[in-house]
Amino acid sequence: MKEFIEGSHAIAEIVKLCRPGVISAYPITPQTHIVEDLAQIVADGKLKAEFVNVESEHSAASVVLGASATGVRSYTATSSQGLFLMAEVVFNIAGMRLPVVMTCANRAISAPINIWNDQQDSISLRDAGWIQFYAEDVQEAVDFHVLAYRIAEDAGMMLPVMVCMDGFILTHGIETVDIPDQATVDKFLPSYKALYKLDVDNPMTLGPLVDPDSYLETRYALHKTHEKALEFIPKVFADFGKAFGRNYNGLVEGYQLEDAERVIVAMGSVCGTIKDTIDQLRSKGKKVGLLKITTFRPFPAQAVCEALKNAKKVAIVDKSVSLGSFAPIAAEVKAAFCGKKKAPKVISSFVLGLGGRDITRESIKEIFRLLTAKELNGDFIDLKPELLKESYEQ
Amino acid sequence: MSNSLLACGHTACAGCGQALAARMVIDTAGKNTMVVNNTGCLEVFSTKFPESAWEIPWMHSLFENCAAVASGVEAGLKYLGKKDNINVIAQAGDGGTADIGLQALSGMLERGHDILYVCYDNEAYMNTGVQRSGLTPFDTNTTTSPIGAGSTGNIRPKKPMPEIAVAHGIPYVATASASLPQDIQRKVKKALSIKGPKYMQIHVPCPLGWRHESSMTLEVGKLAVETGLYPLIEYENGVLAQVRKIQPKPVEEYLKVQGRFKHLLNNPEEIRKIQAIADNNIAKYGLKA
Ligand SMILES: Cc1ncc(C[n+]2csc(CCOP(=O)(O)OP(=O)(O)O)c2C)c(N)n1
Ligand code: SF4
Repeated sequence: MKEFIEGSHAIAEIVKLCRPGVISAYPITPQTHIVEDLAQIVADGKLKAEFVNVESEHSAASVVLGASATGVRSYTATSSQGLFLMAEVVFNIAGMRLPVVMTCANRAISAPINIWNDQQDSISLRDAGWIQFYAEDVQEAVDFHVLAYRIAEDAGMMLPVMVCMDGFILTHGIETVDIPDQATVDKFLPSYKALYKLDVDNPMTLGPLVDPDSYLETRYALHKTHEKALEFIPKVFADFGKAFGRNYNGLVEGYQLEDAERVIVAMGSVCGTIKDTIDQLRSKGKKVGLLKITTFRPFPAQAVCEALKNAKKVAIVDKSVSLGSFAPIAAEVKAAFCGKKKAPKVISSFVLGLGGRDITRESIKEIFRLLTAKELNGDFIDLKPELLKESYEQ
Repeated sequence: MSNSLLACGHTACAGCGQALAARMVIDTAGKNTMVVNNTGCLEVFSTKFPESAWEIPWMHSLFENCAAVASGVEAGLKYLGKKDNINVIAQAGDGGTADIGLQALSGMLERGHDILYVCYDNEAYMNTGVQRSGLTPFDTNTTTSPIGAGSTGNIRPKKPMPEIAVAHGIPYVATASASLPQDIQRKVKKALSIKGPKYMQIHVPCPLGWRHESSMTLEVGKLAVETGLYPLIEYENGVLAQVRKIQPKPVEEYLKVQGRFKHLLNNPEEIRKIQAIADNNIAKYGLKA
């Protein structure tokens, strides 16, 4: 049913429809509305679930880890410092192959403290072993949660999934969203049958001490499953299209890409602004396009190369930094083209929108302007030179 | 092979009090039990892949979070409608309990989960090589509270964990000793008969860290109780319900059999301070028979 609804409320609605048995979270802006709504939904008896109010994000992640180990579908959500406090457990959930689903309402990392949106939090945990989806709008964020459980709990996967949605822009934005009905979700997402779990009739040791004789193999197995996920994800997205009538590629999505000479690569809500800008520039005859990355982990290197093989110049947009190195998405894309014969001549990289700095159509046009034969590396867009000057001259 | 649910074949040091106590706890709890374990000696010596000493469902996640993971296990079992028939036991060392895991433990106690939390108190971080923890006694020589020209060891008394647990308003708190297995059995049974959060702290001699003879484990543990340095107490619903009475022995008898206190033996002033700690316990809990 179509509803004009705040992003967070929409996420709570879809999580309810996914029927988790245990929910645990700790408040942090801009994630809070999601779990507040879920608490109300449980309190109202609209969802039969255990809602565990914990004393920290570390415990929220630990609670869903424990609950998932009993074979119960589990959910949590967080942002920024909360995700970092969970970090240790986030790796553990993946290492124990527990199909937890978490929403990350993307937010900048302190210091300095800042509650507004960029993607530094989830990007910093990209190597934890979780599948990471990045949503462009609330509809995608909603749909990705259903997909997340279906993929996470597949016997061939058993990987946790993080659905990343830009804080405030998507969590607090109000959009018209198609919230599916329970029957359709139930049909697409059968109840969770754990492959292995804590069970007194069939005792099992989970999370043992593994020495150099076997540890490498556990990481190899995780890595291989991620590789398999690159094939599995598009299949599940295709099934989703059939069931829900909304079709996503799942890994990457092109916009005006066919004949584009200059292409921006980006992730998340900024893709909306980029599409708008592209429409404007196209009306003036400029051959520009967008490649949106939906799945950042596993990284769809092959799909990216395939999509960009005819582009002459590519600009990567990062809403996070890897201080002292290439920006994260840029590094991935550049690595994907290593050793490839057919590659864009120029791959420039831009960092923008950190800490909630507005990304306007002007910002995007500036990137297209800067996308010349001269390759740029991690150029910051929309910097205020007057602020920098002040701090130097003290 | 024994019929224990914590089977032999683990790799604990000879005379490890923690191994003895853990076996006692688990065997008393029985088959319908799930265990969640913090990082520490117990986890390391009992689960080296591909073997496991555990004959019941057992899970480890991290150093500081077994109380929270156990909360999740309990919530999962509740959701499945299975909680009433299954005991959930969270267990950790003294460091995992009183220091890094205290926040998660406090959360678990305050939320009222139906879990028995057991702290195996060997009075230091043993798995990383005998460093001081919040439960290390006054004047103990550890690698991070070493003795020296200006030091007689650890400068602070033990953190009052049982009282901290009691302050959460939980129904049952007890201390016990690996040297008194029947007392452990009785207390575990009692704890598991009560719904809600329970805290048990068991004194577990560690030959490696305390530097006593492996064969002396039971003896050393008993001396801690008999000197008043490790009072065995039970709180029910916030009220001190029972204590184990003693004919107090001087603290030297306990100190002199352990390498970690060797430096005190010709230091009567320090021994007086430790005797004062014991005397205070004896008076506070009414330990004298
Ligand atoms: C976050 C974190 N910090 C430090 C460690 C290292 N570490 C592992 S076990 C341990 C000590 C355990 O001591 P205790 O809880 O007293 O148990 P014991 O080994 O004495 O039984 C430490 C410090 C860790 N695993 N995780
Ligand atoms: S170091 Fe101490 S606690 Fe650890 S196994 Fe050895 S005796 Fe037991």
